[in-house]
Amino acid sequence: MNDAQASVQPSPLGATVQASPAHRSVARELFAFARRNPLSAAGGLVALFIVFVALAAPLIAPREPLKADFRRMSKPPDAQSFFGTDQVGRDTLSRVIYGARTSLFVAFSAVLLGTTVGSLWGVACGYLGGRFDLMSQRVMEILQAFPDLILAMAISMAIGTGLPAVIVAIAITRIPFGGRVIRSVALSVREMPYVEAARASGASATRIMTLHVLPQCVAPYLVLATTHLGVAIVIEAALGFLGVGIPPPTPTWGNMLADAITALIPQWWLVLFPGAAITVTVLAFNLLGDGIRDTLDPKLSPAVLRLVTGAGRSGPARAGQPREVAAS
Amino acid sequence: MRQYLLRRAFFALGTLIGVSLIIFVVLRILPGDPLVAILGMEGYAKLSPVDRAHMMKDLGFADSLPVQYVRWLKDIASGQLGKSFFRGDTVADLILRRGPITAEIGILAVIISWLVGLPVGILSAIRPNGWADGVARSLAVLFIAIPGFWLGLLIVLALLFWFGYKAPIVIVQLWENPWQNFQIIVGPALILGLAQGAYISRMSRSCLLEVIREDYVRTARAKGAVERKVVLHHALPNALLPVITISGVLLGFVLGGSVAVEQAFGVPGLGRALVTAVVERDIIVVQNLVLLYALIFVAVNVLVDLSYAWLDPRIRY
Repeated sequence: MNDAQASVQPSPLGATVQASPAHRSVARELFAFARRNPLSAAGGLVALFIVFVALAAPLIAPREPLKADFRRMSKPPDAQSFFGTDQVGRDTLSRVIYGARTSLFVAFSAVLLGTTVGSLWGVACGYLGGRFDLMSQRVMEILQAFPDLILAMAISMAIGTGLPAVIVAIAITRIPFGGRVIRSVALSVREMPYVEAARASGASATRIMTLHVLPQCVAPYLVLATTHLGVAIVIEAALGFLGVGIPPPTPTWGNMLADAITALIPQWWLVLFPGAAITVTVLAFNLLGDGIRDTLDPKLSPAVLRLVTGAGRSGPARAGQPREVAAS
Repeated sequence: MRQYLLRRAFFALGTLIGVSLIIFVVLRILPGDPLVAILGMEGYAKLSPVDRAHMMKDLGFADSLPVQYVRWLKDIASGQLGKSFFRGDTVADLILRRGPITAEIGILAVIISWLVGLPVGILSAIRPNGWADGVARSLAVLFIAIPGFWLGLLIVLALLFWFGYKAPIVIVQLWENPWQNFQIIVGPALILGLAQGAYISRMSRSCLLEVIREDYVRTARAKGAVERKVVLHHALPNALLPVITISGVLLGFVLGGSVAVEQAFGVPGLGRALVTAVVERDIIVVQNLVLLYALIFVAVNVLVDLSYAWLDPRIRY
């Protein structure tokens, strides 16, 4: 709170150096965020590191991730390959590094696509209301009646394996979450006096939704997106592990685990390292997400948890009301 | 109450019809011929177009989509659920054979999650920000992040390495050999249960902390009730309602997660049957199994809603 006020205060230096106070306030807010949520900041740093590794994979990886080396098959970790090699002599470390690329790209795209579509849909539902809202709620309920992984499996089976298919499959499972949360935001924003004023002055529904309602949804959107990154990474890995994700030989963490267990007695390093990469990544994004949620909406956090995890998803819209009464 | 029950059941039925429509549409826009999936590319190429048309007709894929959909509904109504492309037995047989194992895993996982999650949540809430709370919350964060199937693989590997132990990988039903059956289900149930237990401990902690601040709890303390009684008898029942709700939602995680965890442990449950069917593109099996998973998920959430109305007298629909 204090920091938000501080950043609004006029700069004593005046208008001549307009850029620097803004920069300083961003840095200061980040610093304050880190002081308040040291764990989240640590998670954020790790997440940044993983994103860096993914981007710089060709520079960092010691070997080609796809290059088989038949003189070094199934070697345990040693000085030449820190994470060992797999059944056809590919370097596990390089594959884990390249795997970060695929996993993060899929997770980011899927969450961006799913949450954005869901949020826009939610804004329309909340603002327009009426029959459109009722129908949309039914559709979202139906989408949420599937366990996430099973829906993603069925969709990726239908539209074919491959990067875009997996992204779309995971994105579709994220739509109802965005829809639900943002719809409730739009519902409350709709009744605000400034929106009413806009309506009275003759603004069209589209204009009000984009200019007046949408900006209010940015904070919950960010919270949603970060909380769902971890879930998306796990779903992508699970799809790969089950053999219905991005087809091999593309190195993804899930594919590597699936490869590892084709052997009669799996090698421990082929199981340990890809899975540890998934865990560390998910942990980092979850911690970061928790911090962002607490910062953007400290009051809401248990309620947001409820919404984001989808508690009360199944009931008809009306049934949500008494539940909140009971919870408070 | 009865009216609410009826309305709830009506909505759930509507949702399930929508679910079946989505499954049907999604699986019928599959690129690629089901015959290629059954016979392989070579076998497909050997067939004459007449034979192909014949087979398609035998399998029922030659009819229009609405006719196929109605036939599926009839199959469901008859309880047979149609036939697998590859194994000749009906999907109902498959479910009867493999379902019990997955059901046991799911139920045991839910029991474990409550047995572990609730006490931990209560301990956390009694001394918030104490060391026990710190440990519990860190463990919860960790268990939420670890993918169950990976933890499962690690456990299987560790047991194999150090004890040379491998759980049976054939189907052993509870009534045939309870001890072997237990060995099959305990690993997956433990992993799924602990992951859910993490959510339950988080939820019960935050709800209990909210409730403990309320006036009636202060009154209970003021009249001299011992702390144990205040927490367990006065605060806990009110804090439990959201925990029950989230437990219904978590079942979705168990259902979805069990598919991957079964694969990791090599458990011959329903989840593995689904994975096999998806990989083999056995459409009839996939559509019925996915519907079954959704049906269980929807049914449990209806039960959760009803238990809510039953537990909290303030809620009357």
